[in-house]
Amino acid sequence: MTMHMSGWIEVGGVGDVPLRGSRVVRAPGGDIALFKSADGHIFALRDQCPHKMGPLSQGIVHGRSVTCPLHNWIIDLESGEAQGADHGCSNVIALRVEAGRILLDARALALEAA
Amino acid sequence: MTEKLVVIGNGMAAGRVLDHLFERDAGRYSVTVFGSEPRVNYNRILLSPVLSGEKEFDDIVTHDQAWYESHGVDLRAGVTIVSIDRAARTVTDSAGLVTSYDKLLVATGSSPFVIPVPGANLPGVVTYRDLDDVNAMLAAAQKGGSAVVIGGGLLGLEAAAGLAARGMKVSVVHLMPTLMERQLDAAAGYLLQGAMQSRGVDVFTKANTKAVVGDSGKVEGVLLEDGRTLPADIVVMAVGIRPNAALGKAAGLTVNRGIVVDDEMRTSDPDVFCVGECVEHRGQCYGLVAPLFDMAKVVAARLMDDPAPRYEGSSVSTKLKVTGVDLFSAGDFNEADDREDIVLRDASRGVYKRLVLKDDRLIGAVMYGDTADGAFFFDLLKTGADVSDMRDTLIFGQSFVGGANQDPNAAVAALAASAEICGCNGVCKGTINEAIAAKGLTDVAGVRAHTKASASCGSCTGLVEQLLSISLGAGFQKADVEPMCGCTELGHDDVRRLIVARELKSIPQVMQELEWKTSCGCAKCRPALNYYLLCDWPTEYQDDSQSRFINERVHANIQKDGTYSVVPRMWGGVTSPAELRAIADVADKFAIPTVKVTGGQRIDLLGVRKEDLPAVWADLNAAGMVSGHAYAKGLRTVKTCVGTDWCRFGTQDSTGLGIKIERFMWGSWTPAKVKMAVSGCPRNCSEATCKDVGVICVDSGYEIHFAGAAGLHVRQTDLLGKAATEDECIEIIAALTQAYREQGRYLERMYKWSNRVGLETIRAQIMDDMPRRKALYQRFVVSQATAQTDPWAERVAGKEAHEFNPLMMELAEAAE
Repeated sequence: MTMHMSGWIEVGGVGDVPLRGSRVVRAPGGDIALFKSADGHIFALRDQCPHKMGPLSQGIVHGRSVTCPLHNWIIDLESGEAQGADHGCSNVIALRVEAGRILLDARALALEAA
Repeated sequence: MTEKLVVIGNGMAAGRVLDHLFERDAGRYSVTVFGSEPRVNYNRILLSPVLSGEKEFDDIVTHDQAWYESHGVDLRAGVTIVSIDRAARTVTDSAGLVTSYDKLLVATGSSPFVIPVPGANLPGVVTYRDLDDVNAMLAAAQKGGSAVVIGGGLLGLEAAAGLAARGMKVSVVHLMPTLMERQLDAAAGYLLQGAMQSRGVDVFTKANTKAVVGDSGKVEGVLLEDGRTLPADIVVMAVGIRPNAALGKAAGLTVNRGIVVDDEMRTSDPDVFCVGECVEHRGQCYGLVAPLFDMAKVVAARLMDDPAPRYEGSSVSTKLKVTGVDLFSAGDFNEADDREDIVLRDASRGVYKRLVLKDDRLIGAVMYGDTADGAFFFDLLKTGADVSDMRDTLIFGQSFVGGANQDPNAAVAALAASAEICGCNGVCKGTINEAIAAKGLTDVAGVRAHTKASASCGSCTGLVEQLLSISLGAGFQKADVEPMCGCTELGHDDVRRLIVARELKSIPQVMQELEWKTSCGCAKCRPALNYYLLCDWPTEYQDDSQSRFINERVHANIQKDGTYSVVPRMWGGVTSPAELRAIADVADKFAIPTVKVTGGQRIDLLGVRKEDLPAVWADLNAAGMVSGHAYAKGLRTVKTCVGTDWCRFGTQDSTGLGIKIERFMWGSWTPAKVKMAVSGCPRNCSEATCKDVGVICVDSGYEIHFAGAAGLHVRQTDLLGKAATEDECIEIIAALTQAYREQGRYLERMYKWSNRVGLETIRAQIMDDMPRRKALYQRFVVSQATAQTDPWAERVAGKEAHEFNPLMMELAEAAE
């Protein structure tokens, strides 16, 4: 399937993501993980740990990091980079929050879908 | 010629513009002000002291009738403008009267947001915005009774404190986990909650309002999503504001959330200015007074054709106007990689301060309990001064001189003499201090010998060392304690003892009182604290699901591909044709790829998609099966052999005993997983001697073994003791498990706990000291009363549905 997408796609409300928790967005190019840090900020990453593809959305959110549920890699929510001695990066998905709604960058999704 | 200036709105922003305007040139404009409220201009932020009775309305008036008259301002109080005709340069009011302008200033402010729940329009539901609202609250307070305030932000809390001061029974209902979460981090929010509660205000966080209930046209209460109803004679909605931009929008001005202005405060029409809470500037709308005043200066300058001042956005600070609560917040205090936190917690004074630095500049500050340096920090923040020279002592504030270091023994020093240090032997701080002084003790061994403190399980050793250190000063060298994680200097044992001794009952409370170095912990300490609190306060503590590892959060085991495995409980490893059929049906229905028998005598369904979990559980529940807790740091399985039911060598009913143990102990959380087994004879077909707890039945009764392992380490169990009856056997096992629950460190298996504490110590607690065994058993029973709810059935019924439902993109909209 070829998809041409542009602009921003609404995926839900800020209130849909639990504090210090996450939600998964099923996207054509693979799952996206939305996170909400304790201070209420929303982040979006590909739902894959750079280590062994673990679903980051299932990890524990602390500060601005998430700990992967499979092997405890700690991934920075802003940069997608693994912390500490580990090396690797999860793709950050551009997002906007407008009037409490979460919008993801459609182009990023389409590129990944291609 | 005098130009005509028309001002729509008579609030604080409009008033401040006129002040500046008349300072510059009182004669240039002939001014007409329209205000919907039928009164002169007053200081809206001081409504809270009026509500609480600390001020009268006259005290907060900023522009009285005489002011309008002396400045020649035509005030149309109680008159609302309904339209603007920009082409004709006129405005029309609600009476149909048309007024023309040369320059127009829109200062329509904002409106309180009313959450659209059933009953929101009932009489007795008010917002908190103007004097009429305050009068409605005062009228209700005069009659007494109960008030519910929806919204735990600045306004909501001020309303709550005011109503409480007027003698009402007040509850605050707040959607988020902590109060004022937009201005405060969780730690300060926790302190604030305590302060509100000490004023008699009940605080319900994470509480979603479902409806306002009432009968015969009058409000009677607030119904929460979880089914609770809070009685109310008045309901105050204080959940937020939104800019009043409709008039501007209808007039064709550019409007997003608010009326859009440039840095000159001009709207998309150069003759129309806008000021105050109705403004959107660089994407930002403000709801605090300081930005309004900044804007007002610029508007006044522009009206006088002075091009110099520009509005470039505001730094905002917040102070809660509740007498006796010192709270200050300013700037941006969110965490990010390029930022550094400096945190100071002084538990004994109830002080919390946090500074956020970026590139050697202060960008955010939160203070609770001591806000004396608020102005100093806010100034550093606004000026963007380089603070690298003073960063080491910055947190101590402007007046700091000399080098006070944080005292590592502060938490223990703050304990009362009656606080229990050693839970095993009931030794309190005063007794230990007296012994140290009277006997001249210099080490932990001495304290053990003379007081018995730290002589049993040893978990209070760290605290005893700190007491020695406080008494002896530099003369005492304590052993290194491995901290729980990077968030604290305290070890697991110290944290546990202090949770009990200081009655700490929530994660934010532990972090504040024990002076955690991070604002919300990490993936190591949060699950540990959650377990300790659950274990120590079983009837009071609310489990925090976000502090659980994924398996315990969703009650299934995550697999390498992100799918889950599901293991229904089979009591004692016994199943039935009906259960097996139901399992087979579930495997077919959900196309579950692998069905496997486990080492613990259970059936494991592997490869279940997360979204399918609730439906899988619903089918298993319908066949009478519940969660097998195969994911839990808790009791997993009791494996059995067939015993006297079938086996020609069986000495006791090992199957029946295993089922009894499992039915009694399921649902209990422990530091790490617990696996048990019961064998009907010493041939040991259920392999009881490599389990955490194993029972070997013999002719004369039951041998109870424990601390075995068959994983990374293989270790044979030790014999704890013998029991004559099944009841005694169960009591011993429950008491042993409770001792492990109370003394084990999080993630420490039972055999490691036993290695650390010592077999003899444990045997003495459980087998020799009968009152102690009974007490441990009783505590286990109390804990089980709240633990035995099937988590699968709860989630089938809808609990934490967000865990299992992904968000969906609207692909129809997305595809072009």
